[in-house]
Amino acid sequence: MSEAYGVVLFFTTSSAIRGEKVAKRQGLRVKLIPTPRQLSSDCGMALRFAWRDADDVRRCLEEAGVENDGLHRI
Amino acid sequence: MATYLERFGGNPGRSGHRLSVAAGRAVYEARETVAEFFGAPDPLRVIFTPNATYAINLALRGLLGPGDRVVTSSVEHNSVMRPLRALEKEGVDVVVARCDAAAALDPAELARAVTPGTKLVVLTHASNVTGTILPVAEAAEIARRAGALFLLDAAQTAGYLPIDVARMGIDLLAFTGHKALQGPSGTGGLILGQEVEAEALRPLCHGGTGSASESEEQPAVLPDKYEAGTLNAVGLAGLRAGIEHLTTVGLEAVRGREEALAEALREGLADVADVALYGPAEAARRTPVVSIGLPGRRLADVALRLDEEYGVLARVGLQCAPACHRTLGTFPEGTIRLSPGLNTTREEIDHTVAAIREIASA
Ligand SMILES: Cc1ncc(COP(=O)(O)O)c(C=O)c1O
Repeated sequence: MSEAYGVVLFFTTSSAIRGEKVAKRQGLRVKLIPTPRQLSSDCGMALRFAWRDADDVRRCLEEAGVENDGLHRI
Repeated sequence: MATYLERFGGNPGRSGHRLSVAAGRAVYEARETVAEFFGAPDPLRVIFTPNATYAINLALRGLLGPGDRVVTSSVEHNSVMRPLRALEKEGVDVVVARCDAAAALDPAELARAVTPGTKLVVLTHASNVTGTILPVAEAAEIARRAGALFLLDAAQTAGYLPIDVARMGIDLLAFTGHKALQGPSGTGGLILGQEVEAEALRPLCHGGTGSASESEEQPAVLPDKYEAGTLNAVGLAGLRAGIEHLTTVGLEAVRGREEALAEALREGLADVADVALYGPAEAARRTPVVSIGLPGRRLADVALRLDEEYGVLARVGLQCAPACHRTLGTFPEGTIRLSPGLNTTREEIDHTVAAIREIASA
């Protein structure tokens, strides 16, 4: 079975890039991708992560105060 | 910038493909660099604009409406005076606090003008004609006490004088990239201090942001609310490089060097008969711009000779600041303005003094 992924949605590109930076600094494996069609998109970019890292991703965004529109499993 | 053009070249934030992401990153890095450099509370409170003029217009037009009262000084650049005069026609009450003949602003004079109920105080950080530094700390305090916001036009000082938005009580900071910040033209911005609500301003321009694309209304979030249209990503990569260079050299080193050159220029010119020097005598009260007059001479002719015969490039006339020249008593002829920069040498200063001495004695 292939690995489960999630994406973080953001309101602005600036926040998306900030989110990527913060997560990478924590050593999390993330990647900015075009927002998947099935998710109502706020901004054209979403941050993909392995779903098993969801708690770490959530925590590090929260600690850095990066505004976002939630984590979504894809 | 070269790296950006060769390697990225995408549109920042309009897509999720790798070039667009790279462009978005370049812009975001510039946002962080600028935020850190000016002590902004948050990189998302840095709104990029094409220049300082746009940033000033965004602040003035975004905040002021009929019946509002705004106080400014009598040495402002037209990028402040023209939008204010236009707003005045629309019913904004524009009050001008008088500066003295050296373009200096007495805080007591400003305090008298800033009555309770004033909505905004807008000042240039330094005169672009004489270099005179305005009393920013006092102005911020005067504005705060009256319940007004404080907008600082830092076009002349960003990259030369230290500026910290949070510590200095600046609510809105307008800057330009192409002067002392060593960036390319077409870059600038407005920083919103912590006291200013994200939605406090009406945008000057509405349009695409790459966010909330399902909506036909401008998103309410920073910085997108005020950044419609494609940003100058390549220019912003250059601005970041400029600020990083400046930080490496150190603002204090820059200032020490440029101040010494401006002083050498003033001292040399003070010995030349007939040359009038403007601005305060003390170096610490000025940025390194030197404005001179030569009574009885047509300054435009003098400037042309400086350029053609001596290779000295100066800006002659009113320097987009008629209000300042009225304050100095140099309207409408203006002055010849000489501005030593990061790459000016002592030899060039001596050469300039000798050139002006020759022209003045002919
Ligand atoms: C004091 C002052 N304010 C504003 C500006 C306008 O800057 P920009 O050309 O970036 O709009 C200038 C530049 O000429 C200036 O000297």
